[in-house]
Amino acid sequence: MYSVRKLSFILSNKKAVVGGCVLLFLVLVAIFAPVIAPYGPNETRFFPSLPPSREHLLGTTSLGQDIFSQVVWGTRLTLTVGLVTGSICAFISTTIGLVAGYFGGWVDEVLSLITNVFLVLPGLPLMIIIAAYITVQSVVPIIVVISITGWAWGARVLRSQMLTLKSRDYVKAAIVAGEPPLRIIFVEILPNMLGLIVANFFGAALYAVLSEAGLEFLGLGNVNAVTWGTILYWAQNNQAMLLGQAQWMVVPGLLIAILGMSFALLNFAVDEMTNPRLRR
Amino acid sequence: MRYFVRRIGFLLFTAWAALTINFILPHMMPGNPAQVMLAKFQGRLSPQALSALTEAFGLNMDKSLFMQYIDYWKRIFTGDFGISLTYYPSRVIDVLAESVPWTIGLVGCATIIAFTLGTLLGIFSAWRRNSALADALVPVALFFNSIPYFWLSLLFLYLFAYYLGWFPLAGGYNIYTMATGFALLPSIIHHGVLPLSTIVITALGGWMLTMRNNMISVRADDYVAFAHAKGLPDREIKYRYAARNAILPSITGFSMSLGFVIGGSLLTEVVFSYPGLGYILYQAVTSLDYPLMQAIFLFISLGVLIANFFTDMIYALLDPRVRDGGV
Repeated sequence: MYSVRKLSFILSNKKAVVGGCVLLFLVLVAIFAPVIAPYGPNETRFFPSLPPSREHLLGTTSLGQDIFSQVVWGTRLTLTVGLVTGSICAFISTTIGLVAGYFGGWVDEVLSLITNVFLVLPGLPLMIIIAAYITVQSVVPIIVVISITGWAWGARVLRSQMLTLKSRDYVKAAIVAGEPPLRIIFVEILPNMLGLIVANFFGAALYAVLSEAGLEFLGLGNVNAVTWGTILYWAQNNQAMLLGQAQWMVVPGLLIAILGMSFALLNFAVDEMTNPRLRR
Repeated sequence: MRYFVRRIGFLLFTAWAALTINFILPHMMPGNPAQVMLAKFQGRLSPQALSALTEAFGLNMDKSLFMQYIDYWKRIFTGDFGISLTYYPSRVIDVLAESVPWTIGLVGCATIIAFTLGTLLGIFSAWRRNSALADALVPVALFFNSIPYFWLSLLFLYLFAYYLGWFPLAGGYNIYTMATGFALLPSIIHHGVLPLSTIVITALGGWMLTMRNNMISVRADDYVAFAHAKGLPDREIKYRYAARNAILPSITGFSMSLGFVIGGSLLTEVVFSYPGLGYILYQAVTSLDYPLMQAIFLFISLGVLIANFFTDMIYALLDPRVRDGGV
């Protein structure tokens, strides 16, 4: 009964529904990429630079790859990087934010200092520098680099939420009952800020998708992997716009914006649902 | 006063952290990137330049890491960042001096415009909440906030510069003119419009949403209800009562968004070949010019840290609770 009510509560938020549907659709595209895409993403057997047609919905690249197939296959890695990086960031910020807020004292001082340093260091330039030093051969370094710079904001938000929750009666009761601190933090308190953690996850995922696209556009990712970012990189390097192949550039960028917006909508919606003042 | 000391301490600490990260990174990376770079430039650089590079990147095995770290600090305080390989034989510091003003101008103007416009839209959308236009602003802002900077830049470049020909395709000013000083201003503005509007459009949404949420929270406060009850005009309550308090969290958000805007402007500069730090950084990265890369990261970090410090000071000026150590 409880979960049914919760579901209808979520479904009554238009932003959550739209964001969720878009994300679900893209996840399905990623899972069924081999079925949806008519050709392999790296097959180069077609005539190069074809305009959109029935055989090639988005035309072909200068190397003779089918752009539509590339976009469909690219959904996989792009989504994976966004969701995995979002999870890693959410994990780091939850751990650091909650521990700092709960223990206070010097633990808080040290953790908050680290958080604030990462908060003010400019993320993208740092990522560019790191990515330039290593030769990126898979998406793993990209995920690591984005995670390093992306967790601090969430940690700060969760820490301040912890400060308000830790003086509640149920926490005091748990302390008196002799529960170990880590159990109190992660079993007693954490479920009460799930909304905030989920919102934080979507925020980090948005950051990850945009950063990934930026790095790959600069050629700092693995340019042979098929993601929306690398498709844009190749489109730009082959002067897609000037050759009249605008769809090669427009579609992947628009998809990044749509994926980013679905994360942003979900982030905003969860925020709205958990903050009673924002509710109407 | 205590607040001031704490902020200064934090500024110094973050500056130290940024500079140390900058030093450690090339040493930590697998396969010694500096060696790769040296191999690439062997024979193309003078022996002196090569030995200076060897020194700067710790390939000189006679020195301990700690001694190299000391040397690194000495070089920073003397402004000696070595020779740029991309713009050989220019000194890195000269290359930087030429590009820093462009980025500061671009990012500065864009941030001021985006902050003002976004905040005003946020006030509007919170105050007129539940009207169709104000509510439609939210998803629109979320969408603009999710657009990749460089992609919007490319679209603008193609549409307004290439296709319609309204704006120049590249650069920061007209290089074929004899004009100098203020006579260049029209050309600079003409070149700046497209990069500037890309950054403003993508950054606007964030400011709007923050301000909107703050305003909605503040609106429910008792003192606003009291002001209504007293019969004060709506306009006055909106700006002099609610917005004044609601804007405080927006100013705190500055620190994070500044880093984000800088990142975005780097990509925008690359697309528009705008002669700022981003464009130079891109050149440095693609040609493995590590001395230039290191110096650019250093300058960007310090710039952001100092801007952040001033934001904190303004915040203290606006909010006495912060100044007196209440929060």
